[in-house]
Amino acid sequence: MARNSPPDRVDLDALRRRATNLRRHMLTMARGQGQGYIGQGLGMADVLAVLYFHELRYDPGNPRWSGRDRFLLSTGHYSIALWAALAEAGVLPVAELSTYGADDSRLEMSTLDTTPGVELIGGSLGHGLGQGVGQALGLRLDGSDARVFVELSDGEMQEGSTWEAAMSAAHFGLDALVALVDCNGIQADGPMVLDMEPVAAKWRAFGWETVEIDGNDIAAVVAALQSCRVRDGRPKAVILRTLPGKGVARIEQSEKSHFFRVDVREWDGIIAAFEQSVEGMP
Amino acid sequence: MTANGDPPRTLAMGQDTTGSARATLEAPFGRALAALSAARPEIVGLTADLGKYTDIHPFRDAFPERFFNVGMAEQNLIAVAAGLARTGKVPFATTYGVFATRRAYDFVAIAVAHSRMNVKILAGLPGLTTGYGSTHQAIEDLALMRMIPGLVVIDPCDASEIAAATRAAADHDGPVYMRLLRGAVPVVLDPDAPFRIGKARLVRSGTDVGIVSTGLMTERAMDAADALAARGVSCGVLHVPTIKPFDADAVAEFAATVGQVVTAENHVMVGGLASLVVETLFDAGVARRVTRIGLPDRYIECGAVPTLQARYGLTADAIVRRIEALA
Repeated sequence: MARNSPPDRVDLDALRRRATNLRRHMLTMARGQGQGYIGQGLGMADVLAVLYFHELRYDPGNPRWSGRDRFLLSTGHYSIALWAALAEAGVLPVAELSTYGADDSRLEMSTLDTTPGVELIGGSLGHGLGQGVGQALGLRLDGSDARVFVELSDGEMQEGSTWEAAMSAAHFGLDALVALVDCNGIQADGPMVLDMEPVAAKWRAFGWETVEIDGNDIAAVVAALQSCRVRDGRPKAVILRTLPGKGVARIEQSEKSHFFRVDVREWDGIIAAFEQSVEGMP
Repeated sequence: MTANGDPPRTLAMGQDTTGSARATLEAPFGRALAALSAARPEIVGLTADLGKYTDIHPFRDAFPERFFNVGMAEQNLIAVAAGLARTGKVPFATTYGVFATRRAYDFVAIAVAHSRMNVKILAGLPGLTTGYGSTHQAIEDLALMRMIPGLVVIDPCDASEIAAATRAAADHDGPVYMRLLRGAVPVVLDPDAPFRIGKARLVRSGTDVGIVSTGLMTERAMDAADALAARGVSCGVLHVPTIKPFDADAVAEFAATVGQVVTAENHVMVGGLASLVVETLFDAGVARRVTRIGLPDRYIECGAVPTLQARYGLTADAIVRRIEALA
C-alpha cells in the first residue's frame, strides 16, 4: 500500500516526533557498536523525517515498487540515519537496529544495495548524483511521475563527478530530480578543508533551481520540498544547513563528530540526557 | 627530413585501421545494436562526446529518444548508465578504453560491477589501433577490467564477432566490458560460427606450436599459422575472445596437444591474456614453454598504426619470425 503521495496537510508536530524517534534509533545503534557516523545522521534526522513521513511516495511492504520515489543516500557512511528512517517507516524491523555495524548484519556502517530500501551502494563519494540522473532519465523514458531525491554532502562537492552529474541533470532538464545538499561543515580531516562557499550560487550557476534553508527546521524543510514539486524543466537543489549531532548535546559539542566513539557508560549517559531533553515535547 | 627535404609524412592522426587487408564491414557494433534495439525498447545508448568515433551513431540516428550524450565526463557516463540500469534499462555506453578504465574505474567497479548493473561498456581504440599516443591507446585495459569481480570482458577479433558479441552482451544479464574495433572493420572469422560468452574457438589446427590469441591478434595468428604451414611448421590457433570468464578448460586442452605455446594479444604482456594462459597451465598442471607476444612494459609513442604495429611485433610477419626463432 503506497503512502505519502504527498499529502497537502502537514502535521509538523507529528514530523518532529518522527525526527525524535529517528534520533532515538540512531543512539540505540551507535551504543550497540560504541561508535558510528552518528553526528552526520543526527544532523539529517529532521530532513529524513520529512522525506519518509511526508514527501516520499513509497510502499514499506514493497520497497521495490516501480512507482516509488527514489531516495539515494550518496554519503553511504550516513547509513545509521537511513537504517533509522527505514525502521521507523516499517521497511526494516526496529529490532534489527541493534545489529548496526556488526559482522553479517544487513545494517552496515556504509550502505550496500542488498538491504531493502537502499537505492545504491554508497561509500565512494561522488557516486550518488550521477546515478540519480540515470534513474531520473529512466523513469522519464517510462512515462513515470516518480521523483528521485539524492542526498549528498558539502564535502562531496569536492568530487568532480558531482559537477559532471550536476551539468548533465540541467542539460537533460530533469525536473523530477532533487539534490539534498547536506552542508554540515565537516569532512574527514575536520572542518571543511576546502571552502565550498557560496554553495547555493554554485548550484544556481549549474542551472539548478536552488533554495537554502536551515536543515534542522522541520517547517522549512517541508516548505522547501514542497517547492521542489514544480515540474518546470529544471532540476532542484535544496541546500541544507545542518548541525552535526543535532539534538544530542554531548555529540553537538564534540570536536570529533565526523566519527564518534565513546565507551558504553558514556553512551548510557548520552541517551539518558537525550530522553530527558525530549520529555514533554508536543 | 626525407631525401627531397620535405618533412616525413605521418599517418598518426586520422589513420584508423586495424592494419588488415581483408574485406571490411562498416560500424559493425552500431549497426548490430540498432538492428537488435528495434525489438528491445529497454536498450538505451550513451556516450561521452565520442558518438561518431565509437560507431554508436547508427543507434543514435535510429533511436534519438533513447540516446544520451553526457559530454566529456566519463565518470558520469558510467554513473548515469548504472542509474538507467536500476530502472530496468539495458544501457550501452561508449567511450575510449583509456577513459572507461583509467578515468571511470571506481564507477565501473562500484556503481556497475559490485551493484550487478546490466550495463555494457564499449571501449574504442584498444591497444595499438590509434596513432594518437599513450593518452588514447588502451594497452592495459584487459588487465584492469579482468580484476573486477563479475565483469564480463570481451576482446573481439573482427566485424562479425563484434556483431555477435553485441547481441550476446544484450542477452547477458550483467555487466560487460567489450573492446571495440570501429569504422571499417575486417571480416576474418567464419560469420556463421556461433559466438558464446566464455567460449574459446579453435580456428587453426596444429601440433608443433599452439598460438592462444585474442582480439585482432587472432587475425595475425591465423595468417602466421598459414605462412608457417607452408614452411613445414604445424601451428594451431585458439581464439579466446572472452578474457573473463576465461575458457580455462579449452586453453589447457589445447596446450596439452601442442609442443609449445605462444600467446598473442594487442595489450601489455602482463596481466592480460599471457598471464591468464600461464595461470591456467599452472593450475591445470600442463607444463609447456610459453612465449608471449604483446606490448612491452612502457608507454607507446605516437605514429602511424601500421608503423607501430610492425615496430612492436603485432603483425603476422612478426609472429612468424618469433615462432621460427623458437628452438
